[in-house]
Amino acid sequence: MNETVVELSRLQFAATAMYHFLFVPLTLGLSFLLVIMESTYVITGKTIYRDMTKFWGKLFGINFALGVTTGITLEFQFGTNWAYYSHYVGDIFGAPLAIEGLMAFFLESTLIGLFFFGWDRLSKGKHLLVTTLTAVASSLSALWILIANGWMQDPVGAEFVYTTMRMELTSFLDVMFNPTAQAKFVHTVSAGYVTGSMFVLGISAWYLLQGRDVEFARRSFRIAAAFGFASALSVIVLGDESGYAVTESQKSKLAAIEAMWETEPAPAGFKLVAWPDDEKQENAWQAEIPYALGLIATRSTSEVIPGIKAIRAQNRERIESGILAVKALERLRKDKDDTDAKLVFEAHKQDLGYGLLLKKYSPDVAQATPAMIEQAARDTVPQVAPLFWTFRVMVALGFAFALLFGLSFWYSIKNSFVEKRWLLKWAVWFIPMPWIAAEMGWFVAEYGRQPWSIFGVLPTHLSTSTLSIGSLYGSLAGFLVFYTLLLVAELYLMFKFARLGPSSLGTGKYHFERTTV
Amino acid sequence: MLDYETLKIIWWLLVGVLLLGFAVMDGHDMGVGTLLPFVGKDDIERRVIINTVGPHWDGNQVWFITGGGAIFAAWPLVYATAFSGFYWAMLAVLWALFFRPVGFDYRSKIAHPTWRSTWDWGLFVGGFVPPVIFGVAFGNLLQGVPFHFDDNLVSYYTGSFWALLNPFALLAGLVSSAMITFHGANYLMHRTEGVIFERTRRWAIASGMAMLVLFLLAGLLVGGLPGYVITSTVDAAALPDPLAKTVVMETGAWLNNFRVQPALWLLPSLGVLGGLAGVGLAILRRPLAGFVASSLAMAGIIGTAGVALFPFVMPSSSDLKSSLTVWDSVSSHLTLGLMFWATVIFMPLIIFYTSWAYKVMAGKVTTQYIEAHDKSAY
Repeated sequence: MNETVVELSRLQFAATAMYHFLFVPLTLGLSFLLVIMESTYVITGKTIYRDMTKFWGKLFGINFALGVTTGITLEFQFGTNWAYYSHYVGDIFGAPLAIEGLMAFFLESTLIGLFFFGWDRLSKGKHLLVTTLTAVASSLSALWILIANGWMQDPVGAEFVYTTMRMELTSFLDVMFNPTAQAKFVHTVSAGYVTGSMFVLGISAWYLLQGRDVEFARRSFRIAAAFGFASALSVIVLGDESGYAVTESQKSKLAAIEAMWETEPAPAGFKLVAWPDDEKQENAWQAEIPYALGLIATRSTSEVIPGIKAIRAQNRERIESGILAVKALERLRKDKDDTDAKLVFEAHKQDLGYGLLLKKYSPDVAQATPAMIEQAARDTVPQVAPLFWTFRVMVALGFAFALLFGLSFWYSIKNSFVEKRWLLKWAVWFIPMPWIAAEMGWFVAEYGRQPWSIFGVLPTHLSTSTLSIGSLYGSLAGFLVFYTLLLVAELYLMFKFARLGPSSLGTGKYHFERTTV
Repeated sequence: MLDYETLKIIWWLLVGVLLLGFAVMDGHDMGVGTLLPFVGKDDIERRVIINTVGPHWDGNQVWFITGGGAIFAAWPLVYATAFSGFYWAMLAVLWALFFRPVGFDYRSKIAHPTWRSTWDWGLFVGGFVPPVIFGVAFGNLLQGVPFHFDDNLVSYYTGSFWALLNPFALLAGLVSSAMITFHGANYLMHRTEGVIFERTRRWAIASGMAMLVLFLLAGLLVGGLPGYVITSTVDAAALPDPLAKTVVMETGAWLNNFRVQPALWLLPSLGVLGGLAGVGLAILRRPLAGFVASSLAMAGIIGTAGVALFPFVMPSSSDLKSSLTVWDSVSSHLTLGLMFWATVIFMPLIIFYTSWAYKVMAGKVTTQYIEAHDKSAY
């Protein structure tokens, strides 16, 4: 494949996926906050909770519209830009995407209309049921998408079949209950719940600082503080669970995140800060907490975590074995009954993907020079510094959320948060932070999987469509224009309605309606 | 477990069902979007029109998304080859669809006339462009598409975007657009009254007639097109390998299935009779029955195209053996079975809660409703 086509396809996918994820976490989190608010309304009968549901629901709708818009791009893009990927793993990867539509997205999208327009036509209980099912369906959506994504990280339940030249499903249960996928799911939805809570907490704090719609804001703040505190704790604990999962399947990602060049005696230390140098394969300097990483990542004091150099050396062997697999496969593609080739292929099949890594440097892998093999082995651990730093920003923000929500929750119990202006200001300034943490998280997950699109199976540089460079520049430009315009419209409305507050409902009870009437 | 051959045929039928579900459900939204700027003369009329589909367009759009996902899962080679080969056409569909979620949700949140009319035209684009492109795509499938596979099944599309816009394909695009507009008009009449109803009725009659004439014209032309025929023996139960067959091109071959199985003529007849009935019912002011008629017409028209192509899904004009068929572009036996059962379980549920949602929101949308819900309606 053409190198520029691969780079531009990656750029387009990364940009559109990260853009999509500006909207997803808020949908995940806010939908459950709406359930809590509306349940309170149904139980207490106080109309202020109905107004809260409607107002935060309005902001939810502004966000949801772009989530839907940008989600279609991602489904299209596997076919338009990653055609070989789609052929090679569609047998496994397509199923969770289709089931996501059938089981979750249909339900969420059908009921969202009743959430907005069914207030006068449904009983209280039925409307609450609609809201609840919408929220559950949005998290179920995330489950299936993360089962698909988890399989890219850790491709279980499938094997390569040379007659069809692709991966085929062997056990759907393995794909569904893939521990990597499950860990990712709980971590990602918790992050979404944090985002939703931060959004409500921050905007409510802003109303409190302004001294307007105080009752409305106080109640919103409390709900967000409680839900956010639980979510922030879960995001850290379950994030640790994904850290554990990573050691099982993707040692290379962990080593890069930790800038751990050499295999260290167990339990390894956790590097708080470091200056990694990819060229020399060492850190110019570092400061570490002894034993911490080994304990977190292996849950033991004796298990050794391999360093980058050891992983590369091991992968070099797999690449050499993979060359034999690729060569045998080429013979099998010409003659499916070549028994000799079949024997060689079966013996080296597990390293096929590693052999394919060489295609980046030599289309005929049999002609690969030792220097190329060395380079391909180096590629198996991605560049260290970007992973090292994005991971640390994400984790630091995670702890900051726990602290902020913890304090907010504490002062809600003591009923004194309205006077704590420093806390309210902190909450307002922290509104964008969950998005930064979530984007960092995706960067770690996806960049950390390189050079693979399917870990150990299919290299990214073989996964693209055979498009022209011009087409890619054109589509990138199109996305840039559309997405900028959409984001401007979205942010404009979001700010407009957030500033307007519950007065936008037109009930006549809130701040701007009282002052102007 | 069902055998592989049966599942391959079931999936051909299921893709047809999903496509038809998309046409009936998302299709009426798109038809309403197409009519919006022409039928609605002022802001409040346009709001009435938009709110007939307001609570439902989002759920309906999932027919499209699930259809895409199902093709990915059941026919991965078709998904890969069609989406990458028709790159610019697919992006045009995608970008047109961008206007819908934001058009619906953002339009009435700001009262400025320019803002609102901009989104009205956005909704028009989102309703008009996708059906035209899908029709054009079908028109191209019926002529074959220039692509081939190498030994590793990497697909190469060798045509240009502009070559897709040939006369027959454009005719198919017009058939599709007329069909969707007709269907949307029937729905819109059912949900409105007064002046909007009357204007829409004229559009329904006109677009229904256009659909009939264009469909018959396309049908006459198909007989003269080069069709495709598999000449090697087909082992329908074999592992899919698109390069293992031989194919020839033969003028008029798209009518072979109808010659072998004359009962299949019922499909084009359904297209024509459904269309005639729909136009008649619009004249008689019976829009709900008209909606059923236009749904049946679409079943007939889409079914006709699918049966003409069978067993081909995406024939290759430049490398005949690379053509994709229902036998050799499918997923594994296990995946087809799994996805079949997933569909069997979830499809009735989807139909159930979708019907419920329509029932809850049933009734005419009126200007009084919009005035009473100025802040909350679209």
